[in-house]
Amino acid sequence: MTRFPNFWGLHAEPPKWLRITLTLLPFILLIAVYLIASHIRLQDNPDDKFLPSPAKMAESVYRMAFTEDQRTGKYLMLEDTLVSLKRLGTGLSLAAVFGLLLGLNMGLFPGLKALMLSFNIFLSIIPPLAVLPILFIIFGVDELVKVMLVFIGTSLVIAISISRTAEKIPREQITKALTLGASQLGVVYRVILPQVMPILLNAVRLSVGASWLFLIAAEAIASTDGLGYRIYLVRRFLAMDIIIPYVLWITFLGYVMDWILKKFVSWKYPWYQVAEV
Amino acid sequence: MAKDQKSYFLYLENVHKAYGNKLVLDDIDLAVNKGEFCTLVGPSGCGKSTLFRLILGQERPTSGSVMVEGKPVGYPNPERGIVYQKYPLYPHLSVLDNVLMGPRFSAGIFESYSRRKEMRDEAMEYLKRVGLENHKDKYPHELSGGMQQRVAIVQALIMKPKILMMDEPFGALDPSTRENLQIFTLEIWEEFKMTVFFVTHDLEEAVFLGTRVLALSQYYSDGRGKDFGRGSKIMFDVALAKRANATAVKDLPEFRGLIQQIREEAFEPAHLQHVTRFNLKHPDSFQTLTDEERKDL
Repeated sequence: MTRFPNFWGLHAEPPKWLRITLTLLPFILLIAVYLIASHIRLQDNPDDKFLPSPAKMAESVYRMAFTEDQRTGKYLMLEDTLVSLKRLGTGLSLAAVFGLLLGLNMGLFPGLKALMLSFNIFLSIIPPLAVLPILFIIFGVDELVKVMLVFIGTSLVIAISISRTAEKIPREQITKALTLGASQLGVVYRVILPQVMPILLNAVRLSVGASWLFLIAAEAIASTDGLGYRIYLVRRFLAMDIIIPYVLWITFLGYVMDWILKKFVSWKYPWYQVAEV
Repeated sequence: MAKDQKSYFLYLENVHKAYGNKLVLDDIDLAVNKGEFCTLVGPSGCGKSTLFRLILGQERPTSGSVMVEGKPVGYPNPERGIVYQKYPLYPHLSVLDNVLMGPRFSAGIFESYSRRKEMRDEAMEYLKRVGLENHKDKYPHELSGGMQQRVAIVQALIMKPKILMMDEPFGALDPSTRENLQIFTLEIWEEFKMTVFFVTHDLEEAVFLGTRVLALSQYYSDGRGKDFGRGSKIMFDVALAKRANATAVKDLPEFRGLIQQIREEAFEPAHLQHVTRFNLKHPDSFQTLTDEERKDL
């Protein structure tokens, strides 16, 4: 009997050691390529700023994260992180609540669907960054506009996704709830809403990436703090030793948010088979 | 000849239902007394589930009237309990919470809280009745198909509906589980003195359970010509004597003979019975035919 191949083909069954190796390989390659390229450039010119050495980045991170800023007396990286997370969290939470309520009602009440779904889809296709100037005019250049950009960029998409889910709930479930004495609003908020909660949280997970995009864009253009602001600020000095760690940090934050939401869904909603992503 | 509609629990007259150009139900006339165990059979696609939804109030007929206790059918409500084949339970609730759904909705939030112990005890009584008290905290997906259907029946029963509507409830179960549930259904029908409306595609099940067997079919002929796009009519309607709840009856020759007869008349596409010769022996049965339909071609 022929064994199943380790790597090639539809039938491949990679053994555990190989799977781990394969998972790590692209990361190791990326780091290796960076280290080699950085080494070569720094040999040419020790003051080169474009590909800083790990030691230089560590030094900068130490300065940004663990020493008080001389001007403000604050830890800049911590301050930037907290400010950005607050904006992102506010925008995304509002978007989730709004998307849930709008999507649920739109998906279940045919009248509301006829009224709002097409309009909602139309609005969701407007690129939020294209209307950013308008948002600046309406909401000013302070906190509100950053939260609003995240909200606008994610809420409509979440609403449409929830509405599609609610629509697909079998008619039988609704009829049955009515025969069990539920009122129409009871069906919506006590029968269907609890069932779409895990789907809402998964929709939020998928929106985490987009919300970082909108937040950083808004911070880059009009802000005096935040992770996006910092990156765009130090870009003027070509401070790759700060930009690269900040990018890695943002990626890490996004990953942690995704992980927490995923774990929360499988803990809180054990009946919902989460597709492991 | 139409009947006195007020005296029947369920009364349908001249009911037509079309989806677009396709006529599904063609002049359904049906009068059902309280306490009857009605089974409805028919070939697949004949509109059994459509008729089911009309009686439930989930859909409206294209023409004709559907009356429940002398009043036009409204929306689905607690007077009519249902058990479906698919989606029997709410996936996000435990077995106990599924059973408690009805009582909680009827009581409202405050009473659900103040009477929670009482309601819980009642639900547990029902669960004990079907031998599932030890599974109360499980989610539906952790139960077998037969257990899910038992919970679904209890979920509907606890509301004490006047009529229990069942749409192929045991269609996906294995034969022995199915037989157990059939007997269980007969037992609760006797105990609760309910009316049952039971849709199935299984002839044996229909004849075994029903005190009245109805067959719905599109395989018949009438005076409207060969190419008329007909919908289904009720073409078989007989009363069955009440038997013991024993499955041994399934082997009796009368039982097999009746099944054979319905199979030929309702399920055989080549066997086109004329509308005036339908087997409608049940005393409550009636037909409202047009003169054109009566014609024999």
